[in-house]
Amino acid sequence: MAEFKKADSMLEWFDQRLGVVNFAKVMMTEYWIPKNINFLWAMGVLLTVLFTFLLVSGIFLLMYYKPDVNLAFDSVNYTIMQEVSYGWLFRHIHAVGASVVFLIIYIHMFTGIYYGSYKKGREMIWVSGMLLFVLFSAEGFSGYMLPWGQMSYWAAYVITEIFGGIPFIGDELVVWIRGNFYVSDSTLTRFFMLHVLLIPLVIIGTIVFHFYALRFPHVNNEAGEFFDFEEEAEKYLAGNKKESKVVPFWPVFLSKDFLVLGFFMVFFFYLVFFHYGFAMDAINFDKADGLKTPAHIYPEWYFLWSYEVLRGFFFEIAGISGKDLGLIAFGIANVIFFLMPWLDRSPMVKPANQRPYFKYWFWFMMVDLIVLTVYGKLPPTGANAWVGFASSLTFLTLFATLPFITKAEAKKVKEK
Amino acid sequence: MKEFKILAVIIALVGITYYGIEPYAHHVMHPEVAPADFSFKDLKNVDTSLKGNPDNGKVLVEANCIACHSIESAGYPKVMPNADAAASYGVVPPDLSGAGWIYDKNYLANFIYDPVSAMKLQHKYTPESGKQFPMPAYNWMSAQEIMDIVAYFQILAPKAKAGPEAHKNTFEAACGRCHSMKYAGFEATTPVENIKTYMGATPPDLSQYIKSRGEHYLYSFINDPQVLLPGTSMPRTGLNQKAQEEVIAYMEDIGDRKKAERETTGVWVMLYTLVFAIAALLWKRKLGDFSS
Ligand code: HEC
Ligand code: HEC
Ligand code: HEM
Repeated sequence: MAEFKKADSMLEWFDQRLGVVNFAKVMMTEYWIPKNINFLWAMGVLLTVLFTFLLVSGIFLLMYYKPDVNLAFDSVNYTIMQEVSYGWLFRHIHAVGASVVFLIIYIHMFTGIYYGSYKKGREMIWVSGMLLFVLFSAEGFSGYMLPWGQMSYWAAYVITEIFGGIPFIGDELVVWIRGNFYVSDSTLTRFFMLHVLLIPLVIIGTIVFHFYALRFPHVNNEAGEFFDFEEEAEKYLAGNKKESKVVPFWPVFLSKDFLVLGFFMVFFFYLVFFHYGFAMDAINFDKADGLKTPAHIYPEWYFLWSYEVLRGFFFEIAGISGKDLGLIAFGIANVIFFLMPWLDRSPMVKPANQRPYFKYWFWFMMVDLIVLTVYGKLPPTGANAWVGFASSLTFLTLFATLPFITKAEAKKVKEK
Repeated sequence: MKEFKILAVIIALVGITYYGIEPYAHHVMHPEVAPADFSFKDLKNVDTSLKGNPDNGKVLVEANCIACHSIESAGYPKVMPNADAAASYGVVPPDLSGAGWIYDKNYLANFIYDPVSAMKLQHKYTPESGKQFPMPAYNWMSAQEIMDIVAYFQILAPKAKAGPEAHKNTFEAACGRCHSMKYAGFEATTPVENIKTYMGATPPDLSQYIKSRGEHYLYSFINDPQVLLPGTSMPRTGLNQKAQEEVIAYMEDIGDRKKAERETTGVWVMLYTLVFAIAALLWKRKLGDFSS
């Protein structure tokens, strides 16, 4: 062990033992961020903050929640909402946070797609991000079951039922997931375990990995420009702050993030206190009843687009039943975004509006996803079913044609 | 400037999506229904313009009603324990102390004349069903006599005129023979097995119905259950507007107990975050804005 001098200050004491000075440099004051970015680059920090909110409010809820079909509903709606002081606040923050985190995830994701931040060295950022999306989805779904309301029960019933469509092992798989032949106490308890232990652990690990994946390629910028970060950092440190293309993460970059965060928080707390209905579905305030099917069953809003892809195929095509087709399409919808870096065959890293073909693809995709989301909630009857079919088909077609569109774009750009 | 444009695009996309999945979807799944009718226009068996004589009403009530109903405020106690009453009639007859106060006058008169049509339960008590409503129809009385009874109930003063106490009393008088309110520690006066047999469906515990159904739905539903749940065995209870609002207020008192605390805390938290945002803005200015 190295010899230790007597420390002159507390900082030095910690620095000797933990190397905090260097650590702060590497992580904060000399972690370089491009100047040329807009508020969309603050979404990552918003997500980190929201995740922290979810974690802390979740820990408070956990102190009173009871994962038992006979107790769960009242432990949430009576004990937490009415007896525990400010229990309602933790629940509202948790429920609204879980919904808003998806809004920000979607903005974050489509920022990445718009600016092409998933390719040319940034593939692992993208893949780890998509992993986070899948993990958050699992976290959202398992959490929604816990209050044991009607929508908890029936959404769990419908979604677990989907696995029954998998060939050969389907039926056994459903029973294995539920721990019973139907959604029951064992289902609740195991989803409780997933929600409060396993998935959060994996999420934390994946967030760390996501951040790590950002270190080497660095974050993208508004122009998609590639430059030498070391060189620019030297300029900055030498005092040429104006000329340098970068700023340090702390305090300069974060000062802007805090600004975005501040205004976002005003909006967030408005939702928490005054407009939370979208995140706490009314039907879920009826206790779960396996004998009483609600008139309309729909998942939380952030699953609606993929749910609509599942429902969109409602008739047999070429001897394959609508149900199976829907299942296949649903499977594709859930993994296809992982492949963005490889489906986009154009090497261009530019904002979509500067890419001759990709811009159409991007806006088409946005419109299609909105249509899918809206129709995913409406009852799938009459014309609605056909809109669902058309928009599901569009979704798949957009992805099937992406490699060709981007290939053609690459060629066109090269010729110019 | 550019950042504001980006923000505008995001707000537009989120706004359209929100409109689709919230107000619009709600409108499709829950179409508007006819507005609540607190004059109960469909009931016309009794001429309610007649002026009633409360003294004669008292005599008629003593002769006809207190065999089944208690009227605590006038000193007529319960005839038998709830369990026995439930066994005899299927459901415990409600206490009538507040009847002149909570029921609409036209409804009450027509209910005495013919309970089944006033409650809109003709689909349940058809001749073929062999079922008989437990309270007799007083269609043999003259309109004047019925209005005398109504006048008598109207002079009985309620225990509480307003506030949470009045909300509670109205709920228990109007709904409490069938529905429990667990989060207030209130259990329906009719035991659960009896009421299920009597109604053919279990009346739900209403502790969270202010949240699961919302005020708007309750407003139409209580006024006329058949409009939103055609064929339901839940009766029309004939509350006047004030009483109905008290019942809903009670459901909110119990089901959303922390509403006031939520709304005041909310304002403070939002102000606090606004201060944070402004401080961040000043800090950013101080460090020298680095981007647009
Ligand atoms: C044989 C017993 C019996 C007699 C006699 C009787 N009632 Fe009733 N009454 C009942 C029962 C039982 C109910 C509850 C029925 C239900 O909710 O389905 C009831 C309900 C009521 C209600 C509540 C109506 C509502 O909309 O909720 C009123 C008001 C009422 N009775 C008034 C009277 C009056 C006035 C008389 C005398 C003229 C009377 N009752 C005589 C048994 C009786
Ligand atoms: C005579 C018994 C009875 C009385 C009195 C009664 N209800 Fe009901 N109520 C029922 C029954 C039975 C149901 C279940 C109906 C069904 O499932 O069709 C019900 C259902 C309801 C529902 C649920 C409707 C839904 O959308 O599922 C509400 C809300 C309700 N009652 C409110 C009230 C209120 C408020 C009062 C007092 C003003 C009241 N009820 C008085 C028997 C009663
Ligand atoms: C809740 C989970 C997530 C957290 C906490 C998180 C956090 C962050 C942070 C802090 C950054 C750097 C700053 C920024 O560009 O915003 C970032 C960048 C990035 N994230 Fe995420 N992220 C999450 C989910 C996702 C998802 C779901 C995706 C999409 C699949 C994704 C893809 C990306 C990409 C592509 C970048 C690089 C952006 C660029 O280079 O411009 N992330 N993330």
